[in-house]
Amino acid sequence: MTTYIIRRILISIPVLLGVTVLNFFIVQLAPGSPADLYLDPNASPDYKERVEAALGLDQPIMVQYLNWLGQLVRGDLGLSYVSRTPVAEVIGSRIGPTLLLMGAALVVAYAIAIPVGILAAKRKGTWADYTVVGGAFFGVSIPHFFLGLGLIYVFALQLGWLPTGNMATIGGDGGGLWDRIQHLILPVAVLATAISGNMVRYVRSSMVDALSEDYVRTAHAKGLPPGVVTHKHALRNALIPLVTVLSVDLAGLLGGAIVTEQIFQWPGLGMLTIQSISSRDYSVLMGVNLIAALAVFAANLLADIVYAVVDPRIEYT
Amino acid sequence: MSEPTTLTSPSTQTAAARAVVASLGKEESYLRTVVRRFFRHRLAGIGLFAFLAMILVAVLAPLLAPHDPNQIFDQFQAAPSSAHLLGTDPVGRDVLSRLIYGARVSITVSVGAVSVYVIIGVCVGLAAGYYGKVVDSVLMRVVDVFMSFPYFMVILILVAVIGPSLMNITLAIGVLGWPVISRLVRGSVLSIKNQDYVKAGIALGYSTPKILFQHILPNALSPIIVNATFGIANAIILESGLSFLGLGVRPPAASWGNMLSDAQSITVMTSQPWLWLPPGIAIFVTVLAINFVGDGLRDALESRETKSHR
Amino acid sequence: MSVIEATTRKARARAGVPDGEPLLSVQDLKLHYPIRGGIVSRQTGAVRAVDGVSFEVFPGETLGIVGESGCGKSTTGRAIIRLENPTAGAVVFGGRDLAGLNTRELRRVRLNLQMVFQDPYSSLNPQKRIGDLLAEPLVAHGRASRKEAGERVTEMLDRVGLSAQFKGRYPHELSGGQRQRVGIARALMLDPTLLVLDEPVSALDVSIQAQVLNLLRDLQAELGLTYIFISHGLGAVRYISDRIVVMYLGKVMEVATTAELFANPRHPYTEILLDAYPAPNPHLRDKERTVVEGDVPNAAKPPSGCVFHTRCPFAQDKCRTEEPRLGGGSHAFACHFPLDAGRPTAASGNPETTKNPGVPA
Repeated sequence: MTTYIIRRILISIPVLLGVTVLNFFIVQLAPGSPADLYLDPNASPDYKERVEAALGLDQPIMVQYLNWLGQLVRGDLGLSYVSRTPVAEVIGSRIGPTLLLMGAALVVAYAIAIPVGILAAKRKGTWADYTVVGGAFFGVSIPHFFLGLGLIYVFALQLGWLPTGNMATIGGDGGGLWDRIQHLILPVAVLATAISGNMVRYVRSSMVDALSEDYVRTAHAKGLPPGVVTHKHALRNALIPLVTVLSVDLAGLLGGAIVTEQIFQWPGLGMLTIQSISSRDYSVLMGVNLIAALAVFAANLLADIVYAVVDPRIEYT
Repeated sequence: MSEPTTLTSPSTQTAAARAVVASLGKEESYLRTVVRRFFRHRLAGIGLFAFLAMILVAVLAPLLAPHDPNQIFDQFQAAPSSAHLLGTDPVGRDVLSRLIYGARVSITVSVGAVSVYVIIGVCVGLAAGYYGKVVDSVLMRVVDVFMSFPYFMVILILVAVIGPSLMNITLAIGVLGWPVISRLVRGSVLSIKNQDYVKAGIALGYSTPKILFQHILPNALSPIIVNATFGIANAIILESGLSFLGLGVRPPAASWGNMLSDAQSITVMTSQPWLWLPPGIAIFVTVLAINFVGDGLRDALESRETKSHR
Repeated sequence: MSVIEATTRKARARAGVPDGEPLLSVQDLKLHYPIRGGIVSRQTGAVRAVDGVSFEVFPGETLGIVGESGCGKSTTGRAIIRLENPTAGAVVFGGRDLAGLNTRELRRVRLNLQMVFQDPYSSLNPQKRIGDLLAEPLVAHGRASRKEAGERVTEMLDRVGLSAQFKGRYPHELSGGQRQRVGIARALMLDPTLLVLDEPVSALDVSIQAQVLNLLRDLQAELGLTYIFISHGLGAVRYISDRIVVMYLGKVMEVATTAELFANPRHPYTEILLDAYPAPNPHLRDKERTVVEGDVPNAAKPPSGCVFHTRCPFAQDKCRTEEPRLGGGSHAFACHFPLDAGRPTAASGNPETTKNPGVPA
């Protein structure tokens, strides 16, 4: 197994390189030269050439990529085209709120999905099951922005219980924990709905399969109490695959965070992405995209390793 | 390969069980079994009906829409009335007509994008699974690269870079969506290529493309169809999300997503619900319907009962 | 006798093989599956599935290959028609070594070599109708238009004992025996001279087995076919084969004509194999049996010397160190201490058997 883990890590090195290549070249598809963003549209062609040379834009694309990669290895993500501050700093200032939002959503989603999924599997074919499955379909089918708008309409505008957006009350002391939580509730609800919808279906079908396995029937036949059978025999095997789902969820969460942050004016990476798109700040976009991809990449790697450790049923060669 | 291999085999049907099925007097064709099982799911049937209705609306939009979707009337932000069943928008256009035309965008983009990525994914998956070895390792690493990027974020950035348009969002979703399909196809190919009917094809001197597309692919279709169905639902959400963020179909063309993005003000939300509820509900209902169809298909195509028929 | 002679003549004429020459000759065939391990997946060993197998197949005959599962008999069959690539050795067919051919030549030559597979459920594409399955080889090679192919398919179905109605059916609508007939028909569509039959009846009910074996015999006589019949079932092999190759752990243990092998096994392994085969006559069942002990060794780590020495009741020191060579002649065996020739056997009705190795130490 150690060999497998080392191999898995070695194999991921070219993937990591591929991630940087794709990230770099997506932005290269942009029409025009990045120098245009720095310059007055009326600048002389001669001056433009000098700026391009200074930025290294006159060199072949492969050289530009290698230069960029070299900077990257040293932890330098370049300067924002717009604010002229280091991209790493810009991202650093926005990453906290996003992590808070995603982390809370993940915890809520799992806390709901796992027990509910197990319940549905145990009561398969009853109204409880249908309700859960129906709810899961609702969760995966409703777009984030529509759910977000709906929740704002009901809880913020009609009932007035919760704020419509932002991380804290503007002009308030900005520090109260309750104030923070109030601002967190709606965006977390939006994000958690979608992932728990998926998760519930996953837990349910995984558990249904596990409960129909022969070893579970044997456990019942041995006269073990039903609780012991579900929790000790079926549950463990049913939940192992969830490890891999986590990394898929992370990718979904990052995508969902963009729309959610935009609706709730949550000052995280998602909002930064939208802002950078409208200001055509490609260096920040590249940075955000890279950080997000690295997070998913790391989660995939970790999931595979954890899976290897917890599931003895896999052969590794 | 480096991929972990689980020990569960795809077809655990015993020869005896298949023989019993085969020897039953009245034989039901494979297709009929699938159809019967699909409609046993009432929601799948309703979903299919709703989805077909949506396609019909999209195709017949010019006949169904009461007005030209871009025609500007004197009353703007008018509440629903007999003249404008769902009211008018801030520019003075008929909301119902725009909703009907919006269906065209959703269907075109989603079906187009899914077609693009199914084609790419099938070719990559067939090549990786059939040729194996170096081809497989290289292609699967490329898949890993693509799958490292959060789907929505990278589509958003790609569209922002190449410029938003109906064509570009279709291509962006298509070009970035294939890895899942290729993994699925590769998995099926790995189990199918060791079947004796593939070996027989090689012995009979069939060309590799013939073996791939006529013998292997038709037997690997079920998971592709199921995945593509869910993919269409997902693409509708992606398209409306892009349009909502102003990176989708450009105004004045109507899309459900960009109709909703106008609702991001407190006034619209509280006092003009006809501007944001209908497009939101349209997206939700369409996506829900397609997800029901996908679920029904999965049940019908991948259950033991239908598999035993093979 | 005349039937066999006629078949031989027909087969010789079809394949263009001169008198006394083999149709196919397998020479020191090896097929090793690499075992990879370690972080950079270096080859750390090999499973010697087929390890130096040689035999010849003459036109019009049926050569049986028997052995326990895992002895490499099926792999040998697949390597002959190049479904697997041999690691070493030659397969000479019609005077040409198949290993030296490029892909296109191989494809053409190989059409004369066809295969019938063991599992009639997995050997037919479930998505195609029987008619299409059978017409496909002709159409793919441009030997007939769709329409002409249809007539040929009807003919062939009739030949294997199925009515033309089957054309429109799907494989899952057929019984195992019917499917196997379709598998045989498909292999015959391109008029091959040699058929590799890989356990063609093992998956069928006993009652159906005989029907299929008879069909194969009839087809052989009618069409002048040459068969390589691979099976672990001695009954079927004995019924259909003219000569038999006994394999163990990737190597040939003994080759002889069917009558000679059953009457006079020289290799202890053959003896054991024959003993394990239940005698149809109940009066002969109480004879003393040689029971083999232990499991088949791992083909990745074959024993030194004679590969059978770990299980052979008569193994001597020499067997552990020196590998016996397969002798020549019409009855060849690879054993340092072969069993007595010409002693009475179970088949002749005498329950007494000699259990001593020919050359005592």
